[in-house]
Amino acid sequence: MKLKPETTEKIDKLVPRYPVKRSAALPLCHLVQEDQGYLSNEAVEWIAERLELEPINIQELVTFYPMLRTEPTGKYHVRVCRTLPCALAGAYQTCRKLEEALDVAVGHTSEDGLATLEFVECHADCGKAPVVMVGEDEYTGIDVEKALEMAEKMKSGTLPTGLEVHTEA
Amino acid sequence: MKHVDEPGYSNDIDCYIRNGGYEDLKKAFAMKPEDICAEVMESGVRGRGGAGFPAGMKWKFLDRKSGKPIYLVCNADESEPGTFKDRQIIHQDPHQLIEGMICSAYAVGAKLAFIYIRGEFFEGYRILERAIEEARAKNFLGDNILGSDYSCDIIVHRGAGAYICGEETGLIESLEGNRANPRIKPPYFPAALGLYQCPTIVNNVETLCDVKHVVSMGGAEFAKIGTPGNTGTRTWCVSGHVMKPGFYEFACADLTLGELIYDVCGGLRPGRSLKAVIPGGSSAKVLRADERFTGKLKNGTAFDWGIGDIPMDFDSLMACGSMSGSGGVIVMDDSTDIVEALANINYFYAHESCGQCTPCREGVPWMRKITARMVAGEAREEDADLLNSIADQIAGRTICAFGEAASWPVQSFIAKFKDEFVEKAREQAARRKEGKDAAKETVLI
Ligand SMILES: Cc1cc2nc3c(=O)[nH]c(=O)nc-3n(C[C@H](O)[C@H](O)[C@H](O)COP(=O)(O)O)c2cc1C
Ligand code: SF4
Ligand code: FES
Repeated sequence: MKLKPETTEKIDKLVPRYPVKRSAALPLCHLVQEDQGYLSNEAVEWIAERLELEPINIQELVTFYPMLRTEPTGKYHVRVCRTLPCALAGAYQTCRKLEEALDVAVGHTSEDGLATLEFVECHADCGKAPVVMVGEDEYTGIDVEKALEMAEKMKSGTLPTGLEVHTEA
Repeated sequence: MKHVDEPGYSNDIDCYIRNGGYEDLKKAFAMKPEDICAEVMESGVRGRGGAGFPAGMKWKFLDRKSGKPIYLVCNADESEPGTFKDRQIIHQDPHQLIEGMICSAYAVGAKLAFIYIRGEFFEGYRILERAIEEARAKNFLGDNILGSDYSCDIIVHRGAGAYICGEETGLIESLEGNRANPRIKPPYFPAALGLYQCPTIVNNVETLCDVKHVVSMGGAEFAKIGTPGNTGTRTWCVSGHVMKPGFYEFACADLTLGELIYDVCGGLRPGRSLKAVIPGGSSAKVLRADERFTGKLKNGTAFDWGIGDIPMDFDSLMACGSMSGSGGVIVMDDSTDIVEALANINYFYAHESCGQCTPCREGVPWMRKITARMVAGEAREEDADLLNSIADQIAGRTICAFGEAASWPVQSFIAKFKDEFVEKAREQAARRKEGKDAAKETVLI
């Protein structure tokens, strides 16, 4: 498996910090997933070997933790919060609008590979509901109108990214 | 979070130091560790993560004689729906947490500490990593801190989207590189057999920040904030149907639930009336707007409160049959369909059960299915009793308190709003008779 040099460097720095190697399993899953986009069988085996574990020890993490994935996402990975405070602010309507506008069903990636849409649990920013994450960026107060704007910007490739919190889509 | 609202306050170490940051660390190092523990005990500070257990007491249970290393773990998993206070501390004042953690680690004798941060806090993770580097560069962390013979390091460890990692023994399993299956207590009390089977202290982000303030002002002074048994401040996270949702820090018992909703949060939307409040994160038992709460407080005082009169502190909310939990106050107005709200909550718990205990693994999804069926047009009048009987068979019969967390919403929604569950079935039957679709379009599920 070919990892980017900076990923390998991070891994080499991280593993010895833990008193027990196995503790680095979840961090390594994150790093490899960030590097590769998802965790393939090959990646699972690589992590296991790096930590002197069996592949099943990593596989059981991949199947337990919702953020670890075995398939790549679309260009935009959209996670709409569905729990009660966001729902009270209209998260279900937001999510339905995104499904429609991006032409993708929840839990899937659109055919053109533009977006993966997920409906997930509380993002811990419920005071700014409804909350939507796209990749590592957070967008707050996303009602139906703003959802539509976001979808349009994803389609035209102009969605602003890289800010801490986006209050405007 | 005294400073975060000040204009120009930023989360870097220079700003923190300009505002007196890390002075308390120096003060702590001039004290004996056991004296800090005594101050924390005297402060009466209770855990801000959910259970409200006194931090000083927890520290006292720490097994110091085992000869094994001691670990400190900061619980920054923040995944109880309705809770967003730890996020604010991490984003806006990360050095306060780090200073609190070093003081705590020094006090309990830990040379390695962890911050277990939920995986979705990408930015929070980067902020903490940077803050730790800054602190290390100034020798507040690392070897021989400030020229003492005490050394300590902090590792920021990211979770990956599982709510159960917030439960302290699940968190420890996760930190060891396993699935976050909680451990059975006894024997696995973290203070005796925690991380790597070593004595471990797990505290919430806000609790560890409080330790810094205890060091700063002394336990006795800290205990003067709030009321006896409910000391210090709490950050209430208000969400749902209020005009100004957000996080607001107050001394315990400094205001009532009514003041929080109407004065601080600007009240409800125009034309709406209050229906229900979940006062301590989605696991806490719901309060009905027209309930009367009567009884006696721990100190013997009798009380007779309406929902708006309840003082916001640990004991008062507990006396009203609920809890202040994680501080997440979820407000629902009269537009809320109660069955849908419970269906939403049940969906969360069914998704998040770790699956170790049969009552939880099987029972919580049953509850989800029943409420989902109810909102889909197939409600039955006996569903309320059925839900209750399932919840009763989960709570108290599981390895961890998730069993209660998942049952309390069901038990309390039914105890307080049974009429609406029964009405749902009748309404659907009536619509069916008229030849209409029994299910209404749903809003919350
Ligand atoms: C299902 C469940 C989820 C929990 N989630 C969290 C959480 O997200 N954050 C937290 O600080 N405590 C959480 N707790 C409480 C922890 O188990 C633990 O009591 C707490 O971290 C101790 O810190 P404290 O004494 O400072 O509150 C949770 C408990 C349970 C049963
Ligand atoms: S109560 Fe539920 S979450 Fe807790 S250990 Fe049992 S199955 Fe897991
Ligand atoms: S419920 Fe959506 S962020 Fe908490």
